Amino acid sequence: MKHKKAKKYGMVIDLDKCTGCGSCMVACMAENNVPFRKDESNKLLSITWLRVYKLTNGKPFPNTDICYLPRPCMHCEGQHEGHPPCVSVCPAVATDYNSETGIVSQVYTRCFGCRYCMASCPYKARYFNWWDPVWPDGMEKYLSPNVSPRMRGVVEKCSFCFHRYQLAKEKAFMEGRRELKEDEYQTACTQACPAGAITFGDLNNPNHAVYRMVKPDPKHHGRPTNPNAFRLLERLGTNPKVYYLSSREWVRRAGDNYLENEAKIKKTVHQG
Amino acid sequence: MDSALIPRGVKRCPLWQFILFICVVGAVLLWGVYAMLLCWIKGLNQTNMNDYYGFAIWIWADLTVIAVGGGAFFSGLLRYIFGKDELKSIINYAVLIGFICYSSALLVLAYDIGQPLRGWFIFWHANVHSMLTEVAFCLSCYFGVLTIEFIPLILENRQIDRVPFFHHLSHNMHEIMGVFAATGVFLSFFHQGSLGGVAGVLFGRPFAYREGLFIWPWTFFLFTWSAAACGPCFTLLITKITEAVTRKKLVKDDAVELLAKISGWMILTYIIAKTIDTWWWLTVTAPSMGQTLMDFYSNNPLYGIWFLILEIVICGFVPAAILITKKGRKNSVALWIAVILAVVGVCINRWAMVLQVMAVPVMSFDYWAMYFPSWQEIATTILPVAYGIILVGLAHRYLPVFPDESELNPIETLPAEEEEAVEPSVDLEQELKPAEA
Repeated sequence: MKHKKAKKYGMVIDLDKCTGCGSCMVACMAENNVPFRKDESNKLLSITWLRVYKLTNGKPFPNTDICYLPRPCMHCEGQHEGHPPCVSVCPAVATDYNSETGIVSQVYTRCFGCRYCMASCPYKARYFNWWDPVWPDGMEKYLSPNVSPRMRGVVEKCSFCFHRYQLAKEKAFMEGRRELKEDEYQTACTQACPAGAITFGDLNNPNHAVYRMVKPDPKHHGRPTNPNAFRLLERLGTNPKVYYLSSREWVRRAGDNYLENEAKIKKTVHQG
Repeated sequence: MDSALIPRGVKRCPLWQFILFICVVGAVLLWGVYAMLLCWIKGLNQTNMNDYYGFAIWIWADLTVIAVGGGAFFSGLLRYIFGKDELKSIINYAVLIGFICYSSALLVLAYDIGQPLRGWFIFWHANVHSMLTEVAFCLSCYFGVLTIEFIPLILENRQIDRVPFFHHLSHNMHEIMGVFAATGVFLSFFHQGSLGGVAGVLFGRPFAYREGLFIWPWTFFLFTWSAAACGPCFTLLITKITEAVTRKKLVKDDAVELLAKISGWMILTYIIAKTIDTWWWLTVTAPSMGQTLMDFYSNNPLYGIWFLILEIVICGFVPAAILITKKGRKNSVALWIAVILAVVGVCINRWAMVLQVMAVPVMSFDYWAMYFPSWQEIATTILPVAYGIILVGLAHRYLPVFPDESELNPIETLPAEEEEAVEPSVDLEQELKPAEA
């Protein structure tokens, strides 16, 4: 049997299209049974697997420009495949890198809440359940049966709607197929975005839109070759699988840290 | 009333005074226990931690007590492996302080996790790549070693020592203590280092990340070194405080001076290494990640460049300079200042490697996160201190913690009291002969 190349699911978010409407956040919460409280005014205690940041270019009117940046878990590959910042630090193997899909998962029943993974994540994409989830009366009937709710004291994060991958695989198996079509596995946020700013697919598959949009360079851990594409904190060596597109230079520059007067991204010298 | 339990040849305060002292500290302890129960029953929402500040005061307390508890392993190394007999005067106390520090660290870990009932997962589902796993294993093992080192001291209590089995057990344990001291040094090297590695491996956090040797970031070695350097200063500081409270000299000057001298040279070499590490980090590592010195020390209400200067210069080079000179060690005030600064220095280092790491933003559009602990966090952090004070009080009253105390503080007794105070020496075997019907 011919060996098939492993999948590397990733996301491309076109920031020039994003309007900051927040549909992706709502869809994510509904899809994944993300708990919420009566008072969500303290955002440092809110669980938002996908959070939309508002960026500005810092210039006064009339040159002011803003950009909305949705930030899910980056599902980092790390310097060597399977070595994102959070996976190797977890003392109980409660977070795992799936080499078949490239998805970083969180095993809620294994996590004992040490929060070391949260400390390791530069994107602040991991959230702690400070409370047990309490749903408004009747809402428990609307919870997704495919995603287990999390209990107090464990960490959770975006899973790239992994349950949808499992369902799609099951369906394909029943139909006698081994491979999934591009549209068979899509995340909730991708489908909810009214502007079509989010694209999801296999970064290893040249036929998938995500591949064509960023043209990842396999020799450099998937670094985008499209000049308008970038990844957050590229030079840390986390090698995320979430890419951003923008035609605006200041937006692309906001994706990483630069020294004063530094013209362009130098080759990362990270050793980790 | 409890005079039969008090070691021979030493004077202790009246029992009522001691009970009053225990009650006052015990009240603080109960306050901490109440807060601890709240955290266990209601969860970590009782704290002021949040999703930006997942690591906070407890982890700092954990790292700090382990660092200052390093006096136990380093004094053990000097006493039992390098044969520095002068330290006989202080080694028991170093072990006791180490025992308190490590038991406190384990206790703090028990309420710092979100699912305390799953705490054992760290051993059962151990991830061998995680620094925290290594910390958990080595910490638990070393606590076992410290317990073994502490047991002979308990067995030396006047009444327990009368039982032949315990008397011989204590004697035999003393004989092989070198083996445990060596084991303690080995384990300490790894868990102190792993605690440094906890921060140093975070390659997503430029403030914490350090290059290193093979799998060990430089912080691995710096943490072990700083614990060995500053741990003995904490032992000296607590000894000085105990002497001030009891208004007695408890440890011989030569032991204090030797420990201070070795500690001074250790601090000096450590702080030079730390300076080189900081220089490399600020000129090579951080710029490679697009960040510079002032990115870490500006635009926030607390962490200015003063924080780095305080750690390295004021609490590093200054105590080292005092302790490596004979004049500095001989001067009581200078010695006090030096040991306090050294202890504060290691506390600041651990603070920076936990709390400042969390505070510094990494994404260019993110912001500094500030945090102040809730009363529950403060109470549970004070809890181990209260526990430590009670244990020190009990040990000092009923155990021969300071072997030279009676020599340094001879009791002048009246002829009438002398008969009562000095019990006739009896043959142990004869005295404990089983009763015959």
